[in-house]
Amino acid sequence: MSSPTLPNAPLPAAVPRDAKAWLVSPALIFILALFVYPFVYGLVLSFQPMNGGSAFANYIAFFTDTAMWPTIIVTLKLAVPATIINVGLSVPVAFALRRNSPYQKFVTTLLVIPVTLGTVLIADGMLTYFGPNGWFSQAVHGLHLYSDEVRLTHNYWGVLISLIVSGFPFAFLLTLSYVTGIDPTLARAAATLGASPWEQFRQIYLPLLMPGLTMAACLSFVQAFSVFPSAVLLGAPAGPTRVISIAAAEAAFESYDYSLASAIAMVMGFVQLLVVAGMLSTRRFFYTGPVTGGKG
Amino acid sequence: MATDNHAPAWTVPTSPQASAPRDSRNDGAQPAKPMKPRLSLGDRLWKLFVWGAMAFFLFNVLLLIATVAVNSVATRWFGTLLPPGFTLHWYAQAWSDFQLASVLWVTMEVVGAVVILSIALGVPAAYALARVQFRGKRFAMLVFLLPLMVPPVTYGIPMATVMYKVGLAGTLSGVILANLVPALPFVILVMTPFIEQIDPNLEAAARIFGANTAKYFRYVLLPLLMPGMLAAGLLVLVRTIGMFELTFFTAGPTTQTLVVALYYAVFSTGVRAPQSIDAMAMIYMAITLVWVLIALQFVSPTQLVSRVKEQR
Repeated sequence: MSSPTLPNAPLPAAVPRDAKAWLVSPALIFILALFVYPFVYGLVLSFQPMNGGSAFANYIAFFTDTAMWPTIIVTLKLAVPATIINVGLSVPVAFALRRNSPYQKFVTTLLVIPVTLGTVLIADGMLTYFGPNGWFSQAVHGLHLYSDEVRLTHNYWGVLISLIVSGFPFAFLLTLSYVTGIDPTLARAAATLGASPWEQFRQIYLPLLMPGLTMAACLSFVQAFSVFPSAVLLGAPAGPTRVISIAAAEAAFESYDYSLASAIAMVMGFVQLLVVAGMLSTRRFFYTGPVTGGKG
Repeated sequence: MATDNHAPAWTVPTSPQASAPRDSRNDGAQPAKPMKPRLSLGDRLWKLFVWGAMAFFLFNVLLLIATVAVNSVATRWFGTLLPPGFTLHWYAQAWSDFQLASVLWVTMEVVGAVVILSIALGVPAAYALARVQFRGKRFAMLVFLLPLMVPPVTYGIPMATVMYKVGLAGTLSGVILANLVPALPFVILVMTPFIEQIDPNLEAAARIFGANTAKYFRYVLLPLLMPGMLAAGLLVLVRTIGMFELTFFTAGPTTQTLVVALYYAVFSTGVRAPQSIDAMAMIYMAITLVWVLIALQFVSPTQLVSRVKEQR
């Protein structure tokens, strides 16, 4: 096609290529210094217990103390349902809104609000709104849906609701960006060949969407697993919603045992890693490749 | 999708021009036609359910925000539909109670520095990852992905430990550096696919017309990067204003951002009037929403990962 440029092509391509790679180094050094190094430092520190003893004293303490190890289960009980609800709801909604329309703009604009406000403000609002005298309880009683006192704060439900309020818009915006990244002409081609909307979704969108959805699920789970402010403010931090981050923060900032706190953080990271690695390993069963059609 | 394509089949031909193409396409549309009424009913019910769930969610979120707004201007409010009287004095109270002037200044410094630094470091890195093959690229990708995969609480505690050791904890630079850790990989993650979809041939074209690297960057690459940088900057800004955990772990009494100050206020409910706390929450909300509205003028939140190919 362009035979005159061929003799010149390897030279300019080879020289700037290596030079441009160095552009990555400032960011890489920063993350190595402020993320990887502290992690390694924390890992080493976790094997040097503050009060002496064997190298594994912190981990033994964590897995034998009944105020410590159940926090993993408590956290998973919150994070797993929250992730399933958030990602599960965001797929049909994102699919219904996949085409560029005033509705899409309106709904995404509204949904940006809870993401923007963050968990602390949502917790503050929920304490009043879902509280025993708030509008939600008043509405439930006014409509005679439930006669007893509505208890949705300072327990498990308060934390779960807050995870959905802040997590669903996040999962939705991620999913929507993946859905809208899929070339609609692919589905139109399928429709021309007689595919119903459900078949289009099942055969065209879902396979192309799967890698993106896995990523959305991972990020949603990370967010839900790191629940901290709402578990303190909306939950019962001494009991049913004593999540693992509360245990770690208490060790670090109340008893100043950075060694134990690092050990708890490592356990937390390990559980995290197991779940995310499990989800990501399913990705290779799905189609990976371009989703935007052959010719742009 | 199907409704659009088959819509002409339902319209009664009123003119000879309309009937001619209808007859010709009828052969192709025949197999899908008998299924249509059943599907459109199920489709409609499903749509109703999706929109109903969506409306319920949004309605509750808006009421939740309205609760904060109403409470912040209420003289007192307990167990009634609306408070008995309204006042604005809680805002003045909150301003002095929580030293909001200095808190807001700290918040502005932190957020501004994080946005500028994350773009300045992140965009070149994203460019290298999108365009160049080099040794250790997979390692670099993994290192950039990790801070987004690991929850902030997990790495926040070892990071705070290191910062206490080197004396960065409690300082403004410490808070900025801590907030950069999730912000920088986020910019890289948003920008890499964005740069990948910029046609590399544009560089060759610019070179052919005699552009040097600076001119190519200024007149070709930078204008193309702008939408992505705005998008990334918006998300980092919004995330940093709301980033609670890392700031909470690394901030001292004089380096609290607004969200951390709000947390302490909500945590110690009973020390201050709830209306005063909600007034502070309203100030926090107003700041973030103004930024979101500004940013939405330039970019839509769905255009972040890949740009939509518009239907023609």
